[in-house]
Amino acid sequence: MSSDPHTDSAGDPLPGPSPERLGDRVAVPSVDRHILLDAVSVGYGDTVIQRDLSFGIRRGDVFVIMGGSGSGKSTLMRSLVGLLAPQAGRILFDGVSFWDAPQRERIRRMRRNGVMYQSGALWSSMTLEENVALPLEQYTRLTPSRIHDVAVYKLALVGLSAYCDYYPSEISGGMRKRVGVARAMALDPDILFFDEPSAGLDPLSARLLDELILELRESLHTTMVVVTHDLASIFAIADDSVFLDAATHTMLTTGNPRELREHSEIALVRDFLSRGER
Amino acid sequence: MRILVGVMTDLVSNPVQPDPAPRIALARDRAGRVTVAIGGAWQLDADLPDLDGIDAELSAEPGPTAVAFETSDLVAWDSGLASYLASLAWRCRERGIAVQEDGLPEGIQALLHLASAVPERRAESRDEHADPFLRRFGLDFIDLARSTGEILAFVGEVTLALRSILGGRARFRRSELWLLIEEVGADALPIISLVSFLVGLILGYIGDQQLAQFGARIFVADLVGLAIVIQMGALITAIVLAGRTGAAFAAQLGTMQVNEEIDALRTLGISPVEFLVLPRLIALVAMTPLLAIYANLMGIMGGAFAGTVVGGLSMAEYFTETVAAIRWNHIVQGLISATVFGAIVAVSGCLRGMQSGRSAAAVGEATTSAVVTSIVFIVIASALLTIVFDAIGLS
Repeated sequence: MSSDPHTDSAGDPLPGPSPERLGDRVAVPSVDRHILLDAVSVGYGDTVIQRDLSFGIRRGDVFVIMGGSGSGKSTLMRSLVGLLAPQAGRILFDGVSFWDAPQRERIRRMRRNGVMYQSGALWSSMTLEENVALPLEQYTRLTPSRIHDVAVYKLALVGLSAYCDYYPSEISGGMRKRVGVARAMALDPDILFFDEPSAGLDPLSARLLDELILELRESLHTTMVVVTHDLASIFAIADDSVFLDAATHTMLTTGNPRELREHSEIALVRDFLSRGER
Repeated sequence: MRILVGVMTDLVSNPVQPDPAPRIALARDRAGRVTVAIGGAWQLDADLPDLDGIDAELSAEPGPTAVAFETSDLVAWDSGLASYLASLAWRCRERGIAVQEDGLPEGIQALLHLASAVPERRAESRDEHADPFLRRFGLDFIDLARSTGEILAFVGEVTLALRSILGGRARFRRSELWLLIEEVGADALPIISLVSFLVGLILGYIGDQQLAQFGARIFVADLVGLAIVIQMGALITAIVLAGRTGAAFAAQLGTMQVNEEIDALRTLGISPVEFLVLPRLIALVAMTPLLAIYANLMGIMGGAFAGTVVGGLSMAEYFTETVAAIRWNHIVQGLISATVFGAIVAVSGCLRGMQSGRSAAAVGEATTSAVVTSIVFIVIASALLTIVFDAIGLS
């Protein structure tokens, strides 16, 4: 998984999408790139938070979106999952531009994504089992008893099948995040998005969540997009990454974080990945 | 740590005597260097000198070349002195005057370095200067236009969702609908009983006093019955529901917004309007007329209490007169109003909840705004309905 030809771009300083680079990336067959960003700008209202983002995410990779606080990682994720239209550029899933598609198509695409939110975002008026079951009730024709079985199975995958009847307020923050993962997996998505999976967790729970992400990738071959700035987690799970910079409002580089830490030509990226300790 | 220990030992060495007052003295030598002598106990709870004296000295012509410090008389210090020196250093930097920190205690030097090392973050569009009146007026007007647009867009979305429910495609959970109906309907009975009984009682009492002057006490039954059935029953129900249920809807949806629960629905492709707003709208539209009928009965009972106890009428007389006074069209008017009010309360509550920002204060604002919006539109609708009923000959 890690021995691939794409990490050769690791050390490239990438101030913006130079035309030949962009052409090069678009020319890559779309079967290879599960998600492709083409000169995307994101932000709110008149404020641009990130501009000129062009990179691809390979099928089956764990791809990390990293950067300091306020660099727009979560904003970019809101655009990727369909909550916030980008200000410019295209986001392609399997070669199809998401935001140019009619709403019906967009909703169909979104249903094939699973999203784990930073706080879990479980529906507080429903039990854990109902939380996982809701997507199944809405989008499959399974009988109630089959839905129950599937929901319990998904909760078992994250180690929480004993808590089916609990409400989200009755469990800890780490457990809520795991239920968030179970719910995100309910419809067997193609792509799983994680917003700050390790934020607010103790190191051990954070590692368990990382292992869960890797195990799910191994067994389900799902593409994982993870927004995080937690270094331990980045080195543990990432195959590929993009680094967003808050000061210049654009991406600085892409590549495997381990290689970036050693070989990146950009001091800021090396400092970030080594906590500025060298 | 070192700093804390320094302060502690200073405090311990003067356990009984009151701390000497903080004082400051300025001296300028021939080279233009200003020496600031700091003495006494510089602590936040003491009466600290202000910077004006030093400001005058710094601005005096010819300008000083440097600022130095002398602190042999300093007894104790905390953030009071550190913040004072930080702003002094800042003023010196503005004027290009060198600051020689070596006369200061070590701890303070470290803190000053720390305070000046953090790069100040330039907020990009954060200029909050006071706008002139006309500009504010214009901005308010633009806001009003935008919020009217938002309300209309929301009503449109709700209408589309209603269409999909007629097609049997709306996505919400039936179990939640029953729960909402119970919360909105049955649970509101006590407060509605109380308010409508008392309003009926007050109407009856005042009516009786006036009508007694003409010897027409029996007509108090007409007065109370018509007022309650045509207008007051629906209005009381709507206002109680606006405060009770509309506010609850706004708070629920606002909190879901804060928790990203609404985002979680959206990313699953589930429309929050269908899933959250529709069941609430259905529950309120179904329950408000029923509650209004109940409020009518309780109001008439209140009137009857006044009419019999104060006015000396018999129960039988009072009810015969009431039944004779009220006709079907009066009841229908009241029920149509109640249904419309119910829809207004549900839509306002849900709209404000969905618009809520992502903070505790924003949820509070959403709740307040939901009640205000409901009541404003209830009053407007009530006036319009009166005109409509008159025009179609229902009154």
